[in-house]
Amino acid sequence: MHEMGITQGILEAAVEAAERAGADSITEIRISVGELTEVVEFALQFAFEALTPGTIAEGATLVVTHVAPRSRCNDCGAEYDHDRFTMLCPECDSLNVTLLQGRELQIDSIETSEEPTEESQG
Amino acid sequence: MATIDLSKPILDRNEKLAAENRARFDSAGVFVLDLMASPGAGKTSTILATIAALRDRYGIAVIEGDIASKVDAEKVKAHGIPAVQINTGGACHLESDMIQRAVDTLDLDALDLIIVENVGNLVCPTEFFLGEHAKVMILSVPEGHDKPYKYPGIFQISEAVILNKVDTLPVFDFDEDEFTSVVRSLNPTAPIFRIAATKGQGVDEWAGWLARRIEAVRTAAGKPPVGDAGAATGEEGPA
Ligand SMILES: Nc1nc2c(ncn2[C@@H]2O[C@H](COP(=O)(O)OP(=O)(O)OP(=O)(O)O)[C@@H](O)[C@H]2O)c(=O)[nH]1
Ligand SMILES: [Mg+2]
Ligand SMILES: [Zn+2]
Repeated sequence: MHEMGITQGILEAAVEAAERAGADSITEIRISVGELTEVVEFALQFAFEALTPGTIAEGATLVVTHVAPRSRCNDCGAEYDHDRFTMLCPECDSLNVTLLQGRELQIDSIETSEEPTEESQG
Repeated sequence: MATIDLSKPILDRNEKLAAENRARFDSAGVFVLDLMASPGAGKTSTILATIAALRDRYGIAVIEGDIASKVDAEKVKAHGIPAVQINTGGACHLESDMIQRAVDTLDLDALDLIIVENVGNLVCPTEFFLGEHAKVMILSVPEGHDKPYKYPGIFQISEAVILNKVDTLPVFDFDEDEFTSVVRSLNPTAPIFRIAATKGQGVDEWAGWLARRIEAVRTAAGKPPVGDAGAATGEEGPA
């Protein structure tokens, strides 16, 4: 369950950026996850729900953009989408290929709000 | 409402620390290998076989990552090789801050190779860089040839794949041709080394690959080449 640590990384980066901007709360966090990573969205959402209460991201939505793998053939120059299992060039069967995208694990942006959405408690 | 653009890696902190570790290894000319596999695939046995093959030529240390216990570090120390045990206390993988603390206890000047035995797991270690020069994975024959279908990530991130326990091929229905072709399609450039770590079988070829990688890091740091590693790459001759 490394998604717990990954979600912690997302939250730390988001909270730090929001506080630097003087925001009171975070309403949305957008991330990109490549389909070649070993990260499961369900586990991310589960960890997010467990970790956000009591933080300025309480109640925020975690929006995950999945990035499909794409590669370029270094022999014939073809660029092509592919699945998790086949890297080789569909045009010339070359194994000499470079991955262009699909391993992302990136925090893209956050949505913040200045007005407190509800009375702060305690 | 305001949008703040961040566009940075989620594992930014781990990656920055990994880069610091790497700079330290590069300037000391120490090659660092992150060895990954499932529990019991033969990580410690492969490390011991690798030590036996390379200890005459290189200074070697081992960092052992386990959820608990220090049995693997003790096994390595019994061979007179420095070993540091990291207990992750439940975490399913090593991170670069743990490596940094472990390396602090080692004398880098006396070393050419550090082998990191990652926590037994085919999923989690793939996303975490430690500052290593290469990640290598081991699959053992009894685990079955279908594992690349179930855990493609680790096969893709590895620079070499070791198939261990090949001495048991006769008693398992492991389809080597299918295994090789799936690994090829997942990772076209990774060599596959067939070994039986506890029998010393096939270890020379693997150790030769590793020696060439060690030499490259030594050379970049300005250390002189060692022994017959140059011969192994066909680069003999006066300097
Ligand atoms: N037959 C055979 N057995 C092996 C081979 N390599 C390892 N083993 C056995 O497999 C078992 C596990 O080996 P280890 O080297 O401890 O495996 P590991 O991956 O370090 O295990 P953990 O650290 O506990 O995850 C031991 O009983 C070894 O003797 C091999 O090449 N052939
Ligand atoms: Mg072990
Ligand atoms: Zn092509």
